[in-house]
Amino acid sequence: MTNWIDIGSLDDIPRRGARKVKTVMGCVAVFRTGDDRVFALDNACPHKGGPLAEGIVHGHSVTCPLHNWVFSLETGMAQGADEGSVATFPARVEAGRVLLDAERLAARSAA
Amino acid sequence: MTQKLVVVGAGMASGRMLEHLIDGQPGDWDVTLFNAEPRGNYNRIMLSPVLAGDKTYEEIVTHDDDWYATRGVTCRFGEKVAGIDRAAKTVMAANGDVLPYDKLVLATGSNPFIIPLPGHDLGGVIAYRDLEDTERMMALAPGQKAVVIGGGLLGLEAAAGMAARGVEVTVVHIMGHLMERQLDEAAGFLLRRALMQKNITVLCSANSKEIVGENGQVRALVLDDGTELPCDLLVMAVGIRPNTALAQSAGLAVGRGIQVDDQMRTSDADVFAVGECVEHDGALFGLVAPLYDQAKVLAQTLMGEQAAFVQKSLSTKLKVTGCDLFSAGDFADGAGREDIVFRDPARGVYKRLVLEGNMVRGAVFYGDTADSSWFFGLIKDETDISEMRDTLIFGPAYQGGSAVDPMAAVAALPDDAEICGCNGVCKGQIVEAINGGAGDLGAVRAKTKASASCGTCTGLVEQVLALTLGDEFKMPAAQPVCGCTDLTHEEVRRLIKSQRLTSMAAVHQELGWKTSCGCHVCRPALNYYLLADWPLEYKDDPQSRFINERKHANIQKDGTFSVVPRMWGGMTTPNELRAIADAAEKYKVPTVHVTGGQRIDLLGVKGEDLPYIWADLNKAGLVSGHAYSKGLRTVKTCVGKEHCRFGTQDSSGLGIKLEKKLWGSWTPHKVKLAVSGCPRNCAEATCKDIGVVCVDSGYQIGVAGAAGMDVKETERLADVATEEEAIELATAFMQLYRENAKYLDRPYKWVAKVGLDWVKERVVHDLAERKRLVEAFELSQSIYRKDPWAEHARERAETYQPMADLTLEAAE
Repeated sequence: MTNWIDIGSLDDIPRRGARKVKTVMGCVAVFRTGDDRVFALDNACPHKGGPLAEGIVHGHSVTCPLHNWVFSLETGMAQGADEGSVATFPARVEAGRVLLDAERLAARSAA
Repeated sequence: MTQKLVVVGAGMASGRMLEHLIDGQPGDWDVTLFNAEPRGNYNRIMLSPVLAGDKTYEEIVTHDDDWYATRGVTCRFGEKVAGIDRAAKTVMAANGDVLPYDKLVLATGSNPFIIPLPGHDLGGVIAYRDLEDTERMMALAPGQKAVVIGGGLLGLEAAAGMAARGVEVTVVHIMGHLMERQLDEAAGFLLRRALMQKNITVLCSANSKEIVGENGQVRALVLDDGTELPCDLLVMAVGIRPNTALAQSAGLAVGRGIQVDDQMRTSDADVFAVGECVEHDGALFGLVAPLYDQAKVLAQTLMGEQAAFVQKSLSTKLKVTGCDLFSAGDFADGAGREDIVFRDPARGVYKRLVLEGNMVRGAVFYGDTADSSWFFGLIKDETDISEMRDTLIFGPAYQGGSAVDPMAAVAALPDDAEICGCNGVCKGQIVEAINGGAGDLGAVRAKTKASASCGTCTGLVEQVLALTLGDEFKMPAAQPVCGCTDLTHEEVRRLIKSQRLTSMAAVHQELGWKTSCGCHVCRPALNYYLLADWPLEYKDDPQSRFINERKHANIQKDGTFSVVPRMWGGMTTPNELRAIADAAEKYKVPTVHVTGGQRIDLLGVKGEDLPYIWADLNKAGLVSGHAYSKGLRTVKTCVGKEHCRFGTQDSSGLGIKLEKKLWGSWTPHKVKLAVSGCPRNCAEATCKDIGVVCVDSGYQIGVAGAAGMDVKETERLADVATEEEAIELATAFMQLYRENAKYLDRPYKWVAKVGLDWVKERVVHDLAERKRLVEAFELSQSIYRKDPWAEHARERAETYQPMADLTLEAAE
């Protein structure tokens, strides 16, 4: 089951940008794309742990600030020649508020 | 047996419902129609043509008195319904009359949303909803001023209608581009340009702060940046909200709207709702097509027929003369979604299809919407388009042809478009020269001087050659900026200037970008080119910057940051050092390092602490050292004649003056300076981007040195006698570099391309050009010569914190 929790306003995330959300198991990056969709991904790049929330967002992708790995925000998969992936979490916008699924975030800390 | 039907609200949905019902079962229904407006049904979406003067009110009335009379509808116009007694099945009119019903239809529509800004209740502040509002706008005289808040469909139609009557209109829109719910950024840019050509001022990313008045009447709108927009009328067109008050007081299920099932039935089996007041399956409705569908379903339900309302894809058209745009379906990017984009800059045409698998999911068209209904059909019917995918974007009439020309952007340029800025050569002159026998680059250069100076337009000249000569000309391979375009950096820079492209969306559209919003390679480059060329017009976009420049600190491999305060000319004071030491302790900075540029680097600062450590450093007078920027980094000095027995001039004093002049400026790559007080060169000025060596007779100015991946001694730009001249030459050189170099070329690489003589001609010999360069630099500095740390610490500190902290909740 899902348990949507309100983490803040969509306006708090810059368009084509991201903000971090702290969880017990580390940070989750919450992205807002140019078309106002939101995506939640593990903040740490699998390559060298770069903070993805600080990357440049383009289309539905983000480029890691440390070594330019590009990840799909939809699937968490590395794009191009790089191999690896980050965990993704359900996220949605309702009435201008950003919602994350607490159950899935908790499942992550149990795993 | 006739049944009593009471309808509350005479809008477009209830009007259509009554047509279906009375035509289907004439005589079966005894209908009473209430309407708060003192009139019957009219075509509300045609108010914009009425405003623009294309239609009269009489022409948009859908049901006149005669229509109601011949069908036996009892009209109670200008009367509100005060309440509903569902147990007794009666409604009470405002005058106290109680009317029984068998079936009740709520068609209460929606209310315009009025932003509760200070002053929103002043006279002359209106919404755009009904005929009264329209008449208020039509009453404005030519030359009067109006402000429209809201750059959506309705707001723009109101703006265009008033502008057509000679009113001076300004549209204030909070989002980055117009009609953001229907259009992507590129189409929004084209629309904005078309509206500006209709003399409508359009302000995007603009936040309204308050409405100010005089004698109870609106006088101006004030934005949060202090801009004051005088107006005689202020129209708010920022959205609508379902009018659910009556349903709510009757105890019906209400969410955002009156909740209905597929048969348009509310939580009471004898009460129905239709139109903008309803919520169906979580959705609200503002466009007319679904309202008509609902009206039909409701009429069928009332007649006892099986019917169900199904939400469909919607399309939108803007009713503004001369702005052809269309959007339909879902055009968000997504995994498994692909774009087909067609741009014809000369005709101002933009078409974008969003595909998923073998189906079209969404479409945005601007400038040419002739085939829009065909594409809308493909979306609605989920047609398999795999067979026609290659030619899909050209529409249904496509009859074979060749692939899109990668040189379309240059082909589309008019003959008077400037290709070579240095020598003022237009496309037409180059074509003329080619037709006159100049068959290669060298010949064109010899004949027209095009690309004979700085050379950055070489690629464009070659494209003109290729276009004019066809197969006879072999294009040399050039390196494009990135996968988003076929153009090189030099071509993009040239076209941004000659085509006066002042926004990212303009570049993407006019230069035929292949992606919707670029990538991490082109966006920082375009952001730099735009802010360097149009310092006043273009607003720096932090989201197009690498993290270091977005957060004004250098990211380290563990995700922490380094903080380097500026020490002007490498000079500091005990007070500054104390503040740095205090900050290092307070924020538990693990590493303190002295840099090669005579600065102190605090490494390992947590991102969350940045605004606070900056605020502390600011208190001691320390500002950003820009150690993270593609911009002026440091001016390194020796102490010079003030202390040194060999010093010839005040080298640290000149260094401080240079740094105060140049700091904060953005450049294609980092720029480092040094000033040495004598030829012993303790400040190592001869391997800097700009290096000054002081001598008895004055100052030797060298440029284009390097001490990184390449090591290179500076080349002598000039020798001058005074500090003023030294500063002027350094400034002019900076600006020439800013205006012409490719992003991420250090000055030495750029000078190697254009040649030192070309630089000297502009910076040293041509005094008018030197003056222009210095003035252009100062103009840019009027925006950028300020401390970003102070601004971020003051205004944006919260953006450095996590958006939410869930660790506490999880622990509970």
